[in-house]
Amino acid sequence: MIAEEAIKEGIKTQEYFINMGPQHPSTHGVLRLMLELDGEIIKKVIPHIGYVHRSIEKMCEKDTYRQIVHVTDRMDYLSNHMNNEAVCLLVENALEIGVSERVKVIRTIMSELTRLSSHQLWWGVMGMDLGALTSFLYGFRDREIINDIFEETCGARLTMNYNTPGGVMFDIHPNFQKRVKDFIAHFKTKLPEYDDLLSDNVIFRNRTEGIGILSKEDAISYGITGPTGRASGFSNDIRKHKPYSAYDRVDFKEILMETGDTYSRYKARMLEMWESMSIIEQLIDNIPEGEIQSSAVKAVIKLPKGEFFQSVETARGELGVYVVSDGTKSPYRIKFRSPGFSNLFVLDHIAKGYKIADLVAMMSTIDIVVPDIDR
Amino acid sequence: MNAITTYFKDIFHGIKTLLTGMKVTGYYFTHARKEIITQQYPENRDTLKMFDRFRGVVIMPHDENNEHSCTGCSACELACPNGSIEIMWERLADPETGKKKKVIEKHVYHHSMCTLCNLCIIACPTDAIKMGQSFEHATFDRKDLTMVLNKPGSKIRKGVEE
Repeated sequence: MIAEEAIKEGIKTQEYFINMGPQHPSTHGVLRLMLELDGEIIKKVIPHIGYVHRSIEKMCEKDTYRQIVHVTDRMDYLSNHMNNEAVCLLVENALEIGVSERVKVIRTIMSELTRLSSHQLWWGVMGMDLGALTSFLYGFRDREIINDIFEETCGARLTMNYNTPGGVMFDIHPNFQKRVKDFIAHFKTKLPEYDDLLSDNVIFRNRTEGIGILSKEDAISYGITGPTGRASGFSNDIRKHKPYSAYDRVDFKEILMETGDTYSRYKARMLEMWESMSIIEQLIDNIPEGEIQSSAVKAVIKLPKGEFFQSVETARGELGVYVVSDGTKSPYRIKFRSPGFSNLFVLDHIAKGYKIADLVAMMSTIDIVVPDIDR
Repeated sequence: MNAITTYFKDIFHGIKTLLTGMKVTGYYFTHARKEIITQQYPENRDTLKMFDRFRGVVIMPHDENNEHSCTGCSACELACPNGSIEIMWERLADPETGKKKKVIEKHVYHHSMCTLCNLCIIACPTDAIKMGQSFEHATFDRKDLTMVLNKPGSKIRKGVEE
């Protein structure tokens, strides 16, 4: 088709393939994209995955339900608390035991802090992908404070393994509430700086507005969840539709945008940070008293026979955990529906007709984490 | 005429947004002393203190009589998802009562396989092991990462097993 036109015009063009990755810095890990190009125009994007596949689902089949939790840290390492929470909620629902109100509130605060830290890292890396190194340093500066909060209470900075079936591993540290309040006060002054630095920047706006438009219908048919789907107007927030933990008692808005271009995906995440901060503010002052580990959960957990499903909203979208149990202490089969996997494969659809430089911006706002895709 | 106005408007708007961004970076450039958050890591090694709950390595605390509180029950070995703990134990006669009982010979911990998930610490009924705060674990030989946690000649503290 293009060749015919070119021959007519007397210009000879040739379509060619180029590999982007697996070592390309803007693919956020070891993801290889095969690009079919005509000049600099993208004709087709073929993602090749599997470079960091660790067969987590298979590993879980020999682990007990307590041990599965720590493996989920390694899937989407930026939403580790939510991943842990998904498995813990599944076990609790299958055993039909409840956790105390204290645990629910702690889990919600931790999840929202994780969402904030994930979005801060995404914001920094998004700027860096588009050539602004400054934002990377600013994003990491504020993320460091959250990491310190996690380190003090959970004992680790990235692979926390804080949730356990039936509760949480430790009670919150005495400094926790003060540190979180300090952080919220600090970050409220810093978030407008983010807007000054990047959101309103003319170069940034020209590179993101009207690029990579994803319609609501396509978002639904591709199964795009999280801020990426909400930017197209697809209301998919699990926290609103199927509230878990303490989300039913907090007041927050589901951020919905209309255009579905790269800039609205960016804006959806920026606005989500304000919502996360408001959720934390509503909960941090009234953490109810209660036990942190339910005594109803035995040392060896055996789920009843059957199939169980639990989904949570991670920073990237809907994470679903599906377990087939045969009544023993390990699952017969476990399947994770990870948001990154579904979100990545829309890239071919939205990137057609744009340039390689735009692909980098699009990939950044889809916010993929490669270990989450490969598992 | 209209096109020319928009052209110049765009230019001035662009310059304005760039200056807004540069104002932020300019603030941090001039207030570097106040806003600095980085640490000079190898130099501040003596003053650097990790948080109490920080998980760096599994250790077995011993008291001044070279006694620990590990009964060799293997709860940590079973709780570990990666098989990084191996307990070698034997049955020895108690010198006082003459009864045979389980005594650990070696509590082997493979740090290279450990994911620091804290499940062994929770599983331990006698609080014999805990997480240490050290974090500089790089070595030239992977054998160094296999440690025997109980010190040579150590024995179990009295009263732990009751």
